[in-house]
Amino acid sequence: MKTYGIAALMAASTLIGATSATADESAELIINGEIEIVTRTAAPAHLSDAMDEVISGWVFRSDQTQAMQQDDFDNPGLIWVEAAEEAWATPEGTNGKSCADCHGDAESMAGVKATYPKWNAEAEKVNTLQMQMNDCRVNRMGAEAWGYDKAPAINMEALLSSVSRGMPVNVAIDGPGQATWEMGKELYYTRTGQLDLSCASCHEENYGNMIRADHLSQGQINGFPTYRLKNTKLNGVHSRFKGCIRDTRAHTYNPGSDEFVALEMYVASRGNGLSVEGPSVRN
Amino acid sequence: MAKGVKPRVKVPKSASAGDIVTLKTLISHKMESGQRKDSDGNVIPRSIINRFTCEFNGALVVDVTMESAISTNPYFEFDAKVDAAGDFKFTWYDDDGAVYDTTKSIMVA
Repeated sequence: MKTYGIAALMAASTLIGATSATADESAELIINGEIEIVTRTAAPAHLSDAMDEVISGWVFRSDQTQAMQQDDFDNPGLIWVEAAEEAWATPEGTNGKSCADCHGDAESMAGVKATYPKWNAEAEKVNTLQMQMNDCRVNRMGAEAWGYDKAPAINMEALLSSVSRGMPVNVAIDGPGQATWEMGKELYYTRTGQLDLSCASCHEENYGNMIRADHLSQGQINGFPTYRLKNTKLNGVHSRFKGCIRDTRAHTYNPGSDEFVALEMYVASRGNGLSVEGPSVRN
Repeated sequence: MAKGVKPRVKVPKSASAGDIVTLKTLISHKMESGQRKDSDGNVIPRSIINRFTCEFNGALVVDVTMESAISTNPYFEFDAKVDAAGDFKFTWYDDDGAVYDTTKSIMVA
């Protein structure tokens, strides 16, 4: 009788432990009371062997962190979106043009972020959104290219992302960009570093579990650029990849490298169907 | 004047007389604590916002003293009782002497 009591108590405490470590997984994300965000949906066809459902990183975060993203005033990422709105309308470079001179309002770019990284026929390669922005800056504005994942580029990416919020990620995986996508997939499943971990070791096989104090997500990038509470600024996808690979104790690739472009394309396509969320709030 | 400082406030556009409304404020500021050293080992001087106030029609709502442990981009959320229409005035005082302020009106229906 006594043994049973202890067993029941232990079972109860395990349950409590599980719920406190896990955020409210049934919560729904609606930003500003109007933008409905898909945080869970059926996995895209190319992932069907690996998982049934793709889940936004938002679901894995604590209630407080989740709440910060539900209102643009509470989301510190919007500080840099505002900064980018100014940059959007500021002429730069030898041609004296601003982004707005060709594109009009930033709102006119709604939907663009959802399709990147994407094949660029002229350049004959896959471009990330930042590379496309620099293409504009160098070739049309006569301005200097922004450093990869540096503040001006990340801010602009966050602006373009913010106007696409709520739209489904839709990265093409076939056509001329397929070779790059295959390369990204190869990288995703390749174990690296002294810890011998691939992206999949954590984000496919163990999402939902704790890795020490961290609640592992699926590593979806639909919420990038991401405001992280740990460094109080917007973070780019490539910088995040670099941090992750460093944590496997490997030499990493650099932001903007061909490897990370390919990996971004592949990882983005794993989130096809989730909503564009950036700038999101994570820990 | 520190670079990139921009105050933001969120005040409801209108309320009923006697309502308690929630005000949210955020100012972008790096809030250098004065505890850090640069790569040469020299102390980076403290540069923070040391005081924040909110007034409603001239009457003080809150007066906050900030110390060096306050995070970057300080955010304050607080409630105020609104008896009549008027202006909320928000003021931030920087270590370097700069004062940033912004005003928002509220209607009483």
